Amino acid sequence: MVPLTLGLGPILVFMQWRWLRTGNELFLRMTKFWGKIYVINFIMGVATGLVQEFQFGLAWSEYSRFVGDVFGAPLAMEGLLAFFFESIYLGMWIFGWKRLNKHVHLYALASAVVASMLSAFFIIVANSWMQHPVGVELIDGRAVMNDVWAVLTNNTALAAYAHAIFGALSVAAGVIVGVSFYHLWRRRHDGIDTVDAQGRVVVGEAPEIAGRDKLDHRVWLKSLRIAGVVSIAAFIGLVGTGDGLGKLMYEQQPLKMASAEGACHTGTSFSVLSVGSLGSKDCEDIVPILEIPGVLSFLAKGDFTTDVPGINELLPVYEELYGTNLPDDPMYGDRAGEEIEYLPIVEVTYWGFRIMIGFGGVATFAAVLALWLTRKGTVPKSKLLMQAAVASIALSFIANSSGWVFTEMGRQPFVVVPNPEALDGVFMFTAAAISPGVSTGELLFSLISFTVLYGVLLLVELFLMRNYVRGGVASAMPELAHRDDDTDEDASGEDSTDETGRTKTARKTSEDDVLDFAF
Amino acid sequence: MDLPTLWFVVIAVLWFGYLMLESFDMGVLMHFFGIARTPTERRVLLNTIGPVWDGNEVWLIVAGAATFAAFPYWYASLFSGLYIPLVFALFALIVRAIAIEYRSKHHTERWTATWDRLMAIASLLASFLVGALLAVTTTGLPLNENGDRVGGPWAWFSWPAVIGGLALVGFSLIHGANFLALRTEGELRERSRAFVLRWTPLLILPLLAWVIIVQVQSGSAFTWTLVVLAAIALVAAYLLIRAKRQKAGFITMGVFLAFGVAAIFAAVFPVVLPSTIDPAFNLTVWNAASGDYTLGVMTVIALLGLPAVIITQAWSYRTFSKRLATKHIPEIHEIVPAVRKK
Repeated sequence: MVPLTLGLGPILVFMQWRWLRTGNELFLRMTKFWGKIYVINFIMGVATGLVQEFQFGLAWSEYSRFVGDVFGAPLAMEGLLAFFFESIYLGMWIFGWKRLNKHVHLYALASAVVASMLSAFFIIVANSWMQHPVGVELIDGRAVMNDVWAVLTNNTALAAYAHAIFGALSVAAGVIVGVSFYHLWRRRHDGIDTVDAQGRVVVGEAPEIAGRDKLDHRVWLKSLRIAGVVSIAAFIGLVGTGDGLGKLMYEQQPLKMASAEGACHTGTSFSVLSVGSLGSKDCEDIVPILEIPGVLSFLAKGDFTTDVPGINELLPVYEELYGTNLPDDPMYGDRAGEEIEYLPIVEVTYWGFRIMIGFGGVATFAAVLALWLTRKGTVPKSKLLMQAAVASIALSFIANSSGWVFTEMGRQPFVVVPNPEALDGVFMFTAAAISPGVSTGELLFSLISFTVLYGVLLLVELFLMRNYVRGGVASAMPELAHRDDDTDEDASGEDSTDETGRTKTARKTSEDDVLDFAF
Repeated sequence: MDLPTLWFVVIAVLWFGYLMLESFDMGVLMHFFGIARTPTERRVLLNTIGPVWDGNEVWLIVAGAATFAAFPYWYASLFSGLYIPLVFALFALIVRAIAIEYRSKHHTERWTATWDRLMAIASLLASFLVGALLAVTTTGLPLNENGDRVGGPWAWFSWPAVIGGLALVGFSLIHGANFLALRTEGELRERSRAFVLRWTPLLILPLLAWVIIVQVQSGSAFTWTLVVLAAIALVAAYLLIRAKRQKAGFITMGVFLAFGVAAIFAAVFPVVLPSTIDPAFNLTVWNAASGDYTLGVMTVIALLGLPAVIITQAWSYRTFSKRLATKHIPEIHEIVPAVRKK
């Protein structure tokens, strides 16, 4: 859920900024509705972030001892420079409607969003250090930081951060497109909007439903338009940064990329589809069905002819550099002396990589299609299309998650991947990182209970999201339900009702609206 | 002062920030079924901390993260040693956060009542466990030479842990009622004041016991002085509140907390986590700390970050300083699907 928070933030800032500049109630409605979705989602990020800050000490104490000197710093920076401001300013934004000056109120939102972007940056810096350790030297068996600037500008971190931000924008855009499409469809289905002979929309209204006025139509159409553009831009960004990230990974973690490609033998061909037992160690059973020559070289090196080393060539290199068996050291527990499996689970990396790219592409295609379908101001009356649009929301989430699964699983068996350029000895096997004092029972207990807890909370969140989405703008602006009948806007929405307080009945005070938005 | 010592002080300050701010959050929610008596009154209570609770909780997260950055060995031994209580504390904090946000986002009696109960229980549990965790940090765990806990998942459970847990729960109840007396009006305010005046003498006892245990264990003339100052502040706070000088009383209570925290941290210094097996295995500020380079970088970050945080948070409190009462709570509005009924 964190990518949605990250991606929705900048879009929300844009909407509120437009409201401030134009005074057009259209943008106020957009800000309030998507803001409500943002807030419902935000708290899940807070709850999961809590665990992140403590888990390294809980289950990975040997890891924390080995890398604490360098790894704890970005986490502490996240807390001090980002998380504090994110939390304080978001609270001010949620409760600040009408209590803060409008500029200050927008400033609060923008600060919360910038802080959340910064927060993501520090977390990705920490994660990328595990993928590509820099800025440290090995002293007495510990990674000791000697260059914080190198850590913060780690090329892997910069590429991964850009990629993650575009991914987040893509997720948020997918949500907005899907939900907006649903509401436009609902208006057609309920006969509120109709189309004329040329297929152009004739906007109507339904006075008996809160919020279903003419302006409502523009809320969804405009949201869809903005998100469609964001989705396309994000996809271009994803392709560009993904390409850069892939090339870095070929240098830094060749085996991860080779396994993502199912590339057994050294060569230049990109496997479109491979079948067989992907997991077998010598990869004799991997049978490429369809390969495009040259593409793998292009992805890895930027030309079409350079041979890219395959799994068969890489495994002996890893074994020579880092040994064939885990050291006979008590820190490895039961696994001391065990043979090391350098090849990640190829099924996971191969398909994770493809699902990420495939579903990301399909999600963007869905956004483009939605833009095309709404060119005449509304959506086709087809229920199937609406269902497809709502289902497509899941695609970008799945693409995003499989990207993370791919990059994390592909790192195994290392928790800190050796840096091929320099830094001898700064690497760590996952088997050595866990807490020696913690029993398997404790780990199992926490793993199961956290999974159950998150599962339940996810269901609760989806239930609330569904309610608020189906309620439309009035779910975030209860004052819409209490408007006088004579305050209807014309279809353009460019009227003077920029302060919703003016159009309310005397029964409610403005204080009520603030708390209504907050809770 | 060398850098590890400075960072020991910084971490003490972060814990003070957490206890000062989050204790009243916790306390307010624990009062859900005492000072508040109806769902609407509970929502008034919730709204008093609504805009600020999230920022308050970050003090805990930063205390943890700063320990990681500045004292990785302390962080690793303490958190892996306290695996079970910490996991339960995280459960409680997660449930509490979700409950605060989701309590009023759907309207059935059962929904609201369930989250209300979860909020109160989770706050109680989180307070108790964080208190226990802190107390164990001052009195020690069975650690071996590698800093790993021996003796199984429940080795942390001891009298000091229980006293520390009760200390934080008791203080949160007092501090929360004090905060409510500042932020509400009418009956809620009266009940909050009455609670403070009646129960403070009893609820403060475990906290005093913890401070004194640590002093007996490793106190000095300096730290005993801090204890005396804390006691004076406590009496002063009580008298001020009795004299209806609520704000001054609240601040003086913070002074008591500051002296109390200082007395505890100063007494254990330089040990950050004692080993109950052998003092040779104790973790100290020097053998648990990061290198000077890392500490130097972190010092710059803290000098930039902490003042900005404090200023921003103060601004946020000022913005939301208006008193609340049941009359401010809007009517319930149902989320009705925006569809045309056939």
